[in-house]
Amino acid sequence: MCGIVGLFLKSPALAPQLGSHLAGMLDVMTDRGPDSAGFAIYGEPCAGMTKMTLRGSDMAGLPGALSAALGETVLATPRDTHMVLSLPTALEPRARAWLAEHRPDVAITGAGARIELYKEVGRPADIARRFNLAGMAGTHAIGHTRMATESAVTTAGAHPFSTGPDQCLVHNGSLSNHRSLRRRLEPQGIAFSTDNDSEVAAGYLTWRLSEGATLAEALQSSLEDLDGFFTFVVGTETGFAVLRDPIACKPAVMAETDDYVAFGSEYRALAGLPHIATARVFEPEPARVYAWTHAP
Amino acid sequence: MTRVVDLQVSSRRTLNQALHDLPDQTNETHWTVRNPGGQHALAVGIDAPITVTIEGHAGYYCAGMNKHARIEIHGNAGVGVAENMMSGRVHVRGDASQAAGATAHGGLLIIDGNASARCGISMKGVRIVVKGSIGPMSAFMAQSGTLVALGDAGDALGDSIYEAHIYVRGRTGTLGADCCEKPMRAEHHAELRALLDEAGVDEDTRYFRRYGSARQLYNFHVDNAY
Repeated sequence: MCGIVGLFLKSPALAPQLGSHLAGMLDVMTDRGPDSAGFAIYGEPCAGMTKMTLRGSDMAGLPGALSAALGETVLATPRDTHMVLSLPTALEPRARAWLAEHRPDVAITGAGARIELYKEVGRPADIARRFNLAGMAGTHAIGHTRMATESAVTTAGAHPFSTGPDQCLVHNGSLSNHRSLRRRLEPQGIAFSTDNDSEVAAGYLTWRLSEGATLAEALQSSLEDLDGFFTFVVGTETGFAVLRDPIACKPAVMAETDDYVAFGSEYRALAGLPHIATARVFEPEPARVYAWTHAP
Repeated sequence: MTRVVDLQVSSRRTLNQALHDLPDQTNETHWTVRNPGGQHALAVGIDAPITVTIEGHAGYYCAGMNKHARIEIHGNAGVGVAENMMSGRVHVRGDASQAAGATAHGGLLIIDGNASARCGISMKGVRIVVKGSIGPMSAFMAQSGTLVALGDAGDALGDSIYEAHIYVRGRTGTLGADCCEKPMRAEHHAELRALLDEAGVDEDTRYFRRYGSARQLYNFHVDNAY
C-alpha cells in the first residue's frame, strides 16, 4: 500500500500555497505509507538555467568546489539532506561528470528547468517539515508516501522517481515485468539507479517521451507494455497525468475546480483543499489516460 | 433522544464502541456524527434499530456489517460502503467509491450520486439503488439481490454473475463474461417498481433494461456439480 497526492494549479493565484496544500495532503496519507515519503515540486524556471537536486551528506563545500571546477558560480540552496544547485544549462553535463568523479556518494534526485525533488525515510509530516515544503511555491507538485512491498525501505527506493529532465513518476502498486522491460530500456540509454519496479515505469515513459511521444501517448502505450498493478501520477515540466491499470486495482480519487486539479489515493487527502465542497470529484476510470498541460 | 458525537473531539473507536454497547430497546435511537473528515470504518458493525446521520464525507467501509440501523451519509463514501450489510438501510447522499455494497446479504443501499468500480461485487441479497452511474466491473460475481442504476453502467457489467438482477436505465458498456440482457417481464417491472418506490425514485420502469446470467459458465453445468 502507498499513498499518492498531486496538485496541478490552473490558477496562478494559488501558486504561493502549493507547498502548504501538498504538505497537508501528504500528512493525511501517512496511514497508507509511513515508511518514507517524497515529493517533486515544479517552480518558476529561470531562462537558460537548470536546477539539479542533490541528496547526500557533508555537502557544505560542494558548491564552491563545483563552481571552481566549472569556472562559473553555482548557486546552492541547501534543504536538510538535499541541496538544489542552479547552473547554466550548458554546464549540466560537466557538472554531472564532476559529481560522478568527485562526489560519487551524492545522488542526483532530479534535474530540469523547474523540478525540485526531495525524498527521505521517515514520517511524511517530518519529511515535509525538514524540507520546508509548506514554504514552497510552484505550478504543480506530486507527492508519495511509501509502504514498501517490492524492495527495501531506503531513501533511494522512495518516490518520486525521475529518469529524465523535469520528469517524475509516483506509483502505487507493483509491476511484474519490470526486469524484462529494464533489459529493453537499458540499451536505449535509459539508466537506472535502483532495483525498484517503479523506476522502470519512469524510465519507460522517459524513453517514449524521448522518442517524441506526448505524455498522454507515452502513458497510453504503457498499457500495452507494463504488466502489473498500478496507479501512476506523472509530472513533466508543464504537464500532469494520471493512469490506472485496466482493472483499477489501486485506489484513486480526483477533484477538479476552475483553480486546480488534485489527486489523492483517498478522498480525505483532498478534504482540506479550497472549495472542495463544490469541486467535481470523480474516480479516474481504469486504463484511461487523464492529462493536463500548462502553456509552456 | 439524539446523541451527538464530534469526531474532532472523540475518536472513531469511541464512537463505534458506544454504538456496539447499545442495549436492546435502547432509547438512544438517533445519533449524529459531526466532522467525520473522511475517516475509515465509521459506524461499522451496528446491531440495533437506530438512525445514524454522518454529517460529511466518510472513508472506507462505512456502515459495514450493518444490521437493522438506518445510516445516512451527508457526503461521499469511500471504498466498500455498507460492505457485508445484513439488514437495515444505508443512504449515501454523495458519490460512493469502489465496491459499494460488496458481499452484502441484505438491506437497502441507496446512493444519490455515482458509484465507481465494482459496485455490488459478490452481492448476496442486498438491494442497491444508484441514482447516478455505476463504474466498471459492477455486480462482478453477484450472487443474489438487485442492483439498479438510473445512469450508465461501465464496462464488464455483471461478469460471472449468478442469480442477481441488474436494471440499468442509461447506457451500458461491455457486458462481462456470461452476462446478457434479458427481457423485462411483468414480474421484473413489479420488482423494480417496488424497489424504486422504497428508494423514493419516481421513474417509469419501462425505461430500464434488465441484465442477468446466461448460465453458460462451467459452474452452471450439472455435470460439473459435486
